[in-house]
Amino acid sequence: MKIVRLLKTIFMIDFLTGLFIAIKESFKSKKTINYPFEKGEISPRFRGEHALRRYPNGEERCIACKLCEAVCPAQAITIESTEREDGSRKTTRYDIDMMKCIYCGLCEESCPVDAIVQGPNFEFATETREELYYNKEKLLDNGDRWESLLAANIKADKPYR
Amino acid sequence: MLEYLNFLFSETYKILFLLIPILVSVAMIVWLDRRVWAFVQKRRGPNVVGPFGLLQSLADALKYIFKEIIIPASSNKTIFILAPIVTMTLALVAWAVIPFGKNIVLSDINVGILYLFAISSLGVYGIIMGGWASNSKYPFLGSIRSAAQMVSYEVSIGVIIINVLLCVGSLNLNDIVLAQQKIWFIVPLFPMFIIFFISALAETNRPPFDLPEAEAELVAGYQTEYSGMMYAMFWLGEYANILLMCAMGSILFLGGWLSPIEAYPFNLIPSPLWLIFKILFLFLLFSLVKAIVPRYRYDQLMRLGWKIFLPLSLAWVVLTSSYLFYFDLLPVN
Repeated sequence: MKIVRLLKTIFMIDFLTGLFIAIKESFKSKKTINYPFEKGEISPRFRGEHALRRYPNGEERCIACKLCEAVCPAQAITIESTEREDGSRKTTRYDIDMMKCIYCGLCEESCPVDAIVQGPNFEFATETREELYYNKEKLLDNGDRWESLLAANIKADKPYR
Repeated sequence: MLEYLNFLFSETYKILFLLIPILVSVAMIVWLDRRVWAFVQKRRGPNVVGPFGLLQSLADALKYIFKEIIIPASSNKTIFILAPIVTMTLALVAWAVIPFGKNIVLSDINVGILYLFAISSLGVYGIIMGGWASNSKYPFLGSIRSAAQMVSYEVSIGVIIINVLLCVGSLNLNDIVLAQQKIWFIVPLFPMFIIFFISALAETNRPPFDLPEAEAELVAGYQTEYSGMMYAMFWLGEYANILLMCAMGSILFLGGWLSPIEAYPFNLIPSPLWLIFKILFLFLLFSLVKAIVPRYRYDQLMRLGWKIFLPLSLAWVVLTSSYLFYFDLLPVN
């Protein structure tokens, strides 16, 4: 057995086997994707950038119950609210500090009206810190922009919630 | 005066004509190395900048140029700045004697192989200087390792070169190439080629012998404190050295600029191209090896160098010389 081992070492059998495997494998299909040009599949549950949704008639969904503010473990959400003339309670301020946020998804889970959601967008890097303090306007804008995807994702995930 | 200027300019043009292609090919070879490495690991590698990512190295160089050069306060400034310059200059200077064809060589000196060997041995100084002048633990450890490693493997490379010289009878690189017209030295001296290849890996700090810059232990070894263009110069020098070792291997064992068969379709291809093909082939092996082997431990490295390669190559010197002597094949000049 020892002689076999010695011969293997002298003729570098193990090394050559590895070399041929490497050459063979290098012609096979790639396991990585061309990232900025093609993107990987993400689940409907994916917890990306936040968005505030609206009802189809344009009214904000958020009822300022502040459950998300309470549940947020990073205390990234700040909400202020008033009563409107028609007696409904709405937010006057809805801020998320995206740098504090840990993307746990608890706000989305706690929301009784599916107003605050985490969408499929994960490419919202900015050049300055200030741009990451999201206010109500920005969040609603996100909601309008991603609404079709957000609705589809919530629908796809409904049976499991 | 005019004659002198004429001479000066013609020489400068010759040097530039050699130097610029080498620098460009070093950039390309970095790309090739990364690409091969990625392909073995089933990744795509750099493929965005330019066609197939060919201009990636230029983009990297641009990035390095715009980065700040940080010189540590406690470093020895002169030596710290000198180290990458030494590394790169030595790696480029050695190309002066590499013959790309019968008369296509910058300086056809009689002791070409000695010059090459001397310059590649001096290469260790850049690394030692860099490690010492950084005045910090990891670079220092890296440079100690590299000094011991390069010195040990130089010994066996020297002995291997003696093997080839015995068959040639001349130290001129063109003579070495021309002596391989009948048969490339890789055939009679095959074990020496293997040992040369492995020693060349150790000499250029390539995996599996990249102990001087072992990421896992030493951060980046002797390069730890370097940044910006100085780091890029180390990088360039390293790859120019790898190319030089590949060129040395192809000249000593693969017939240099000779075509494999002196027949119709092959001798149409100009001789520099043959040398470039051979260098590329060896470099491909270099980068494949990088992709498939784990790093050696320091004691294993030393054992391989001193206890296996040195005795083996010395024994082969005895074998070669006695064979040549017995069959009366010793070259006589």
